[in-house]
Amino acid sequence: MAMPEPIVDAHDLRKSFDANAVLRGVSFELAKGETLVVMGGSGAGKTVLLRLVAGLIRPDSGRLQVFGRSIERLSEEALLPLRRRMGYVFQSAALFDSLSVHDNVAYPLREHTSLGEAEIDERVVRNLSVVGLSSEVLPLLPSELSGGMRKRVGIARALSVEPEMLLFDEPTAGLDPTNSKLVADLMLELRGGVCDTAMVVTHDVELARTVADRVAVLIAGEFAALGPADEVLSGNNPAVQAFLAGGAGHGAAGFRAGR
Amino acid sequence: MEGYLRRTVVWYGGVGLLTRQVFRSLALPPKYFLLIVQEIEVMGVRSLGVAMTAAIFTGMVFTIQSAVNMGRFGAESYVGPVAALAILRELGPVLTAILVGGKVASGITAELGSMKVTEQIDALRMLGVNYIKRLVVPRVLAALIVFPLLTVLADAVGVLGGMLIMFLERGADMYAYWNITSYWVVPKDFLTGVGKSVFFGVIVTLIGCYNGLSTEGGTEGLGRATTATVVHVTMAVIVSDFFITKLFLTLFY
Repeated sequence: MAMPEPIVDAHDLRKSFDANAVLRGVSFELAKGETLVVMGGSGAGKTVLLRLVAGLIRPDSGRLQVFGRSIERLSEEALLPLRRRMGYVFQSAALFDSLSVHDNVAYPLREHTSLGEAEIDERVVRNLSVVGLSSEVLPLLPSELSGGMRKRVGIARALSVEPEMLLFDEPTAGLDPTNSKLVADLMLELRGGVCDTAMVVTHDVELARTVADRVAVLIAGEFAALGPADEVLSGNNPAVQAFLAGGAGHGAAGFRAGR
Repeated sequence: MEGYLRRTVVWYGGVGLLTRQVFRSLALPPKYFLLIVQEIEVMGVRSLGVAMTAAIFTGMVFTIQSAVNMGRFGAESYVGPVAALAILRELGPVLTAILVGGKVASGITAELGSMKVTEQIDALRMLGVNYIKRLVVPRVLAALIVFPLLTVLADAVGVLGGMLIMFLERGADMYAYWNITSYWVVPKDFLTGVGKSVFFGVIVTLIGCYNGLSTEGGTEGLGRATTATVVHVTMAVIVSDFFITKLFLTLFY
């Protein structure tokens, strides 16, 4: 094969919850070194798509390969080693709220490696410095952090597994413009350094302009557009332009993603 | 009606699947053994007060009622064994399971449910952690130890409470009371009760875990799940008690 194998290869993915068809046939590839941004309104199924790729839920039909393995029917046990090759940044950060920042970032290291405490400390501090946090936050509990800091700790924890691919669920949702900008800059920095492949779902057009190589627009469970970022964002697809102008994507609002 | 039936079937199926997963994941890595010890403390030590208070008062009320009413047909001298049999075979294990089970299981539901609605369960899964082994199995193993131990204590406190109230209220001779009780009560009576409590502990913990892990709908759903756990646990203990009793009477009588 001339082409290197894509990291994610999805073909005709479909997913319904009860009678609600959230994804109606989504196909895409994610190549090594690429950042794909999936845009869409609330309830358009973006998070569902990301959770499918992570193997947190199973598609009803369609093909889905991650790191060259078909994961549609893999058991939870068989998925665990694959998941350790990806880092998932949750919309709410999903930090373990009974553990300090240090223990949160150290969690995967303690769980999967036999590193000594000194080595773990060193890696925790290094990962936190990658996301721009000083070691002052180490003893704090997640409830003592601001939204932007929590998000960055979430990214630092995702980096602890040394992922080959990062999955971002609404990385700028709920952040003020300054913090959104900081997170976007951080994502650019990450792809230049620790992890060059990423899939991002967001409704933040600014973020898409900053980080995307390719952009997909998810409307009514299908990709209304998929292509190079500037082409899609400035193109003449009426549905996409309507979404970017703030008109579309709210038809299915009220559906809570990720059930 | 259809929705209700569907939810009921899904619930029983879900608890069944969770049980299967737990039995498949029983082999824990050594570092998780500390979790079992922690759970024994949370589930057992912190439930001692509730369990013992309930046991002593139930023992006293059952014994005094038996004394007064068996006295009406001249059988007051048999109160000792009657009360002891009731406590060892039913009241001790069942009351402990309902009270401690309700407390422990609703606590588990609240904890796992809030982890679920804040995506912390998914975070564990994404970090490559088997959440059944991390969150459910240590609790089930702790319940295997905690429920029988609490039942043994409840049995002792209940029987002694009854004896005490007979001495104080009815002027019974303690030596004769103990003598006739120990004549009629055999180890089997005690052991079937403790055997039941092992079942109850596992059932109750699995219900608490399942309701927590299947919580949906944010904080409101969390409240619903926690309330549901108390009802489910109570019903599960009362209903399964009948069937376990039938089974034990068939097997061991």
